[in-house]
Amino acid sequence: MTLQKLILVALRYTTLLLFGAVFLVFGSLSSKFLEPVNVVNILTQSSSTAIVAIGMTFVLLTAGVDLSVGSIMFVAVAVAGKMIFTGYSLGLSICAALCVGFVFGRLNSILIVRFRIMPFIVTLGTLYFGRGFGLWLTETRAMNMPDAVTQLGAARIAGIPIPILIFLSVLAAGHFVLTQTPLGRQIYAVGNDPEAARKAGIRVNRILGVVYVLSGVCAAIGGFVALTQTGAVSPTFGNQKEFSAIAAAVLGGTSLFGGRGTIFPGTVLGAVLIQTVENGLVILNVDPYLYPLVTSAVIFLAVLIDTTRTNLLEKLGRRPIRVEPVR
Amino acid sequence: MSSSPRILEFDSVEKSFFGVKVLKAVTFDLRTGTAIGLVGENGAGKSTLMNILGGIHTPDAGYIRMEGEPYAPRNPQDAARAGVAFIHQELNLFSNLTIAENIFITTFPRVAGLPMIARKTVRERARSLLDQVGLSVNPNTRVESLSAGERQLVEIAKALSLDARIIIFDEPTSSLTALETDRLFELISTLRARGISMIYISHALSDVMKLCDDIVVLRDGEVVGKSRTAETSTAKLISLMVGRSIDQLYPERTGRPAAERALSVRNLSQPGIVRNIAFDLHDQEILGISGLMGSGRSELARILFGLDPFETGEVLLWGENLPKPSPRQCVRMGMAFLTENRREEGLCMEASIAENMALVSLPNFANRGGYWIDHGRLSKSLTALRGAVRLTRSARLSQAVRTLSGGNQQKVVLAKWLLNRPRVFILDEPTRGIDVGAKYEVYSLINKLASDGAAVLIISSEIEELIGMCDQILVMRNGEIADTIRRPDFDRERILRGALKQSHTTRTSPVETARHDPESR
Repeated sequence: MTLQKLILVALRYTTLLLFGAVFLVFGSLSSKFLEPVNVVNILTQSSSTAIVAIGMTFVLLTAGVDLSVGSIMFVAVAVAGKMIFTGYSLGLSICAALCVGFVFGRLNSILIVRFRIMPFIVTLGTLYFGRGFGLWLTETRAMNMPDAVTQLGAARIAGIPIPILIFLSVLAAGHFVLTQTPLGRQIYAVGNDPEAARKAGIRVNRILGVVYVLSGVCAAIGGFVALTQTGAVSPTFGNQKEFSAIAAAVLGGTSLFGGRGTIFPGTVLGAVLIQTVENGLVILNVDPYLYPLVTSAVIFLAVLIDTTRTNLLEKLGRRPIRVEPVR
Repeated sequence: MSSSPRILEFDSVEKSFFGVKVLKAVTFDLRTGTAIGLVGENGAGKSTLMNILGGIHTPDAGYIRMEGEPYAPRNPQDAARAGVAFIHQELNLFSNLTIAENIFITTFPRVAGLPMIARKTVRERARSLLDQVGLSVNPNTRVESLSAGERQLVEIAKALSLDARIIIFDEPTSSLTALETDRLFELISTLRARGISMIYISHALSDVMKLCDDIVVLRDGEVVGKSRTAETSTAKLISLMVGRSIDQLYPERTGRPAAERALSVRNLSQPGIVRNIAFDLHDQEILGISGLMGSGRSELARILFGLDPFETGEVLLWGENLPKPSPRQCVRMGMAFLTENRREEGLCMEASIAENMALVSLPNFANRGGYWIDHGRLSKSLTALRGAVRLTRSARLSQAVRTLSGGNQQKVVLAKWLLNRPRVFILDEPTRGIDVGAKYEVYSLINKLASDGAAVLIISSEIEELIGMCDQILVMRNGEIADTIRRPDFDRERILRGALKQSHTTRTSPVETARHDPESR
């Protein structure tokens, strides 16, 4: 039992341990790595993925999944980009992007709750639909944004880059909802045991409906933040972002089986960790073809840890039929 | 019966599932501030009745009145609002949340006008509720780190937070230590003094006798006994619970157990599950295992079939020791296992009858080299087999199993195993959810298997069924074999006594030591 407990504690703080290890390794290999400029750089680069992953965490907590976030990012910036080109104001375009996120999230939640289709299948469908819709909208051409957009990405308020500010606001809002509101606690309850939640009088369907909308809106925000950094809407914009978002959440200790995980420190740490690894590889001039290999190794490790933890918890929680005397 | 007013009245409540009547004209009252004991065998209809009270099912006929007013909850929220609280055997707590969060999960006090939890109020109110139930643990402790008894107290605190007027306990002591049980009983008396009424469901008759003012006995969905506790006895209750004369016919046994041992189990133990299990199952023998739910019956079956591990002891199949049996090995050596849960574990519901039947023994129908299936030979066997298990004539083999009745589904499961020509059968609840006619056919089939030489182990909650079918019955309790009864000595009361016997006292000593073990927290 004691050994198991020790392992459990280690598993609980794996992300933090991994984070420390990564900083130590890269820090000792390159002096540039630990400079404040580079740290800000890492945060800026990870903000888009982190925002999407925060939305994803809400969904994962209910034991669901949202594969459509990459496509939502694409459609959101495609719509916003078109509007900016047509001459609409930046603010209005941003609102339109958020609306796209809301509508897609709502579509997902209606299909999942009302028609009782599995989240995996529903969001796989909206993944293809969104990608196709966006390609049709942009006529599969890349759109280069006017300078106003990229300037927004480079601008600072009180010395902090705007992407980081948006990231921090989403983080604060998400963390507040999860920890300080009845909705947040009920999300955990539903993820822990939907049947018990129903019996306890929680409106399970409403909760499921809300999390996919939150995920969609976060994807739209994350998409726009990415747009201010890249300055262009390409046909592959947001492609496979769903995987980095899920990976970030899982790496941060969110369970794919629901009910377990946090936005802060969990998911945020996961998102920043993935970015940190990539940043470190860049600084060390590692062959770029190796990046995906290293990232995938990190993700595999994270999923392995999640499964081990769940199995162990299940084993500890199994109800004994008889209580053995202690010798 | 007494002077205090009636808070709850059941008036001829009826309920059927899939055409089977599970509640027949159930009528009784609950008086304010008293506790009523609800007893009966597994499947007597207790849970259904309580689910109606809790708004999970609606009755087909009859009424429930609460303080004279009609009471018809449409969902659990309605029941909670009316002041009915449940303490389920399987506790409905969210282990990933704290005690306080569990108590207020649907009724969080908020900061004025904001969707924000008033953490301080939550903590204070939780603290006071925990004081009322006598649990001195920080309300911000996560439920996963609590013991079963502590979790139960949290459930009761939750019921109190909802101003419950009626609390239903379903088998509340089954996972409690003796100390926790005593504390629970004290709490229950305190709550009754406050005017809260209780319905107490339990197999631990001594607990029921100790706690309740009145006792209602259910059997086959009917109230067969209602009396003041002072006017009855445990023996009377047991005979009421099982008292039905055998109205189902059991087919005549033709064979006798042979001398050859098919399956031998020696001192089998797995900590926390079973202890010191030993028996012999002979060819042509039908051996029954009786016991309450959670007595370790099904877990034993899973161990024997290699689905779960065992720590010490031996399992011998035809004299061959299997130190680490696996399902694959067991199937190859001629063992068959019907799970208690045929819908989820025994059948692929969407697949056809033929596909389900062929599932286990497909390799036997592969062509030389094993690359493809000889469909001609397979379909010939399947046709013969459907006759052997007397599958309904109206079914086509290409039809989805889902569309069959419970009885016919069970025949498909049996057929699936028969195709592999097994010689040891482990049947867990083989007739659960099957109507009487189909039951008889399943019994005949089992009899035929035995007289053709197979060894059969039947696990069943229905004592009658075991008495009607078996050569010998093992009674399990608390993971151990409590009694072994041979056919001439078969006696319902003896079986039930073995299964129920004083769970209270046997529990005491080992558990108390376990409580002091720091690791157990």
